[in-house]
Amino acid sequence: MTHIVTEHPYFGAFVLFALTAIAFPATLVLQRFISRKLARLDTEKLKLAIYECGPEPNKQANSISVQFYLFALLFILFDVEIVFMFPWAIDFKPLGVFGFVEMILFIVLLAIGFIYAWVKGALEWHSIK
Amino acid sequence: MDGYIIGTIIKAVLILLILSALAGFGTYLERKVLAFMQRRLGPYHVGPYGLLQILADGIKLFTKEDFIPAGANRIIFMIAPAITAATAFIALAAVPLLPEFTIFGIKVRPIVSDLNIGLLFVIAMMGVGLYGPLLAGMAQENKWGLLGSARTAVQFLSYEVVTGLSILAPIMMVGSLSLIDFNNYQAGGISHWIIWKQPLAFILFLISGYAETNRTPFDLLEHEAEIISGYATEYSGLRWGMFFIGEYTNMITIGFLASLIFLGGFNPLGFIPGGIAIILKVSFFFFLMLWIRAAWPHIRPDQLMWLCWKVLMPLAVLNILITGIVMMV
Repeated sequence: MTHIVTEHPYFGAFVLFALTAIAFPATLVLQRFISRKLARLDTEKLKLAIYECGPEPNKQANSISVQFYLFALLFILFDVEIVFMFPWAIDFKPLGVFGFVEMILFIVLLAIGFIYAWVKGALEWHSIK
Repeated sequence: MDGYIIGTIIKAVLILLILSALAGFGTYLERKVLAFMQRRLGPYHVGPYGLLQILADGIKLFTKEDFIPAGANRIIFMIAPAITAATAFIALAAVPLLPEFTIFGIKVRPIVSDLNIGLLFVIAMMGVGLYGPLLAGMAQENKWGLLGSARTAVQFLSYEVVTGLSILAPIMMVGSLSLIDFNNYQAGGISHWIIWKQPLAFILFLISGYAETNRTPFDLLEHEAEIISGYATEYSGLRWGMFFIGEYTNMITIGFLASLIFLGGFNPLGFIPGGIAIILKVSFFFFLMLWIRAAWPHIRPDQLMWLCWKVLMPLAVLNILITGIVMMV
């Protein structure tokens, strides 16, 4: 298969986006309509409560471990690295040895940060009680 | 130009219809294959060999009670499944599904939009798919849902890094991000496949692909034994089913990506024509996912993070450096 240069290469992606953005919510609306007609709508209080243990749950603060945020922070660091490496990888052959050495320096700089995070224990899953 | 517009719209509609049907068929296939691996029969009541089970499931999903728990953020709760399904299909826009063929005298190129950054587009769209489970879990005011969405965020983000790093080495060899160029690079038989030069990248890509499609060894977002059903705890009916359509479409996309990047894409394979070859490859990857689900237990969240950050990521960086050195020498 060969490439065909068109004026608007993203037109197809947009069409698919528009189609899915209409079709899937429309299906959900249709399902809502059908189930309203066929299924009994039970509005008992305990049944509408969130799924937990049986009795009606009392309101508690929902919170998640700070560990999750730590990994999200690490992701930002390394994903920026990858975004920087994509253009370099495409032009790997034209850039030659110079580009490769530059990238090794960049990776070494990142590896220092990575080893620091490793030694500090940021990559372990601590059980915080 | 008119032909281009109409053709693109027809292709998009066909992809939407065929792949939603395939995703539904995937659920049947998964149940059947898992059943045979566990010496059961699987679904066999509805239709011949249980083939109409999908239809029965669809009718059931459509007629279920439309349930939204009290205290949920209703709008986000309702649109979150649509985000998962929609992003899974948009990702397929840049994937060349079959080789060029002629039908009724019209030359058809089975790719919806021929982007020069196709691979990046697919990876990015599958990354956006993270918002489906994330918003679903946060909208329902449920502790299990919140835990599930936190795990979603951590797992998808971490393995996004490994996916990106593992495909960098093939990109260095090919020098392009277009999946069509990947396919053309491997023209000329099995010996030209990239997998022989990049076996490590292939394994890394497959592992992170499983993690990103939420398949069983990394099935922590909806781990029944730990967090009920994770982000899908409060979901029922077609909203719940839409998460599955998204998941199965993502599985098919990962199969296409793996066979296009590493296994020669849709080049003819000996006497097998290209179109059939790629379908066989994607079916093999789909079957591999089911096989691994039957063979492997879940892993723990801390093991997941350990595997990603301490094993796979250093290996991927090492693979890039070795590839660079080999290509320089």
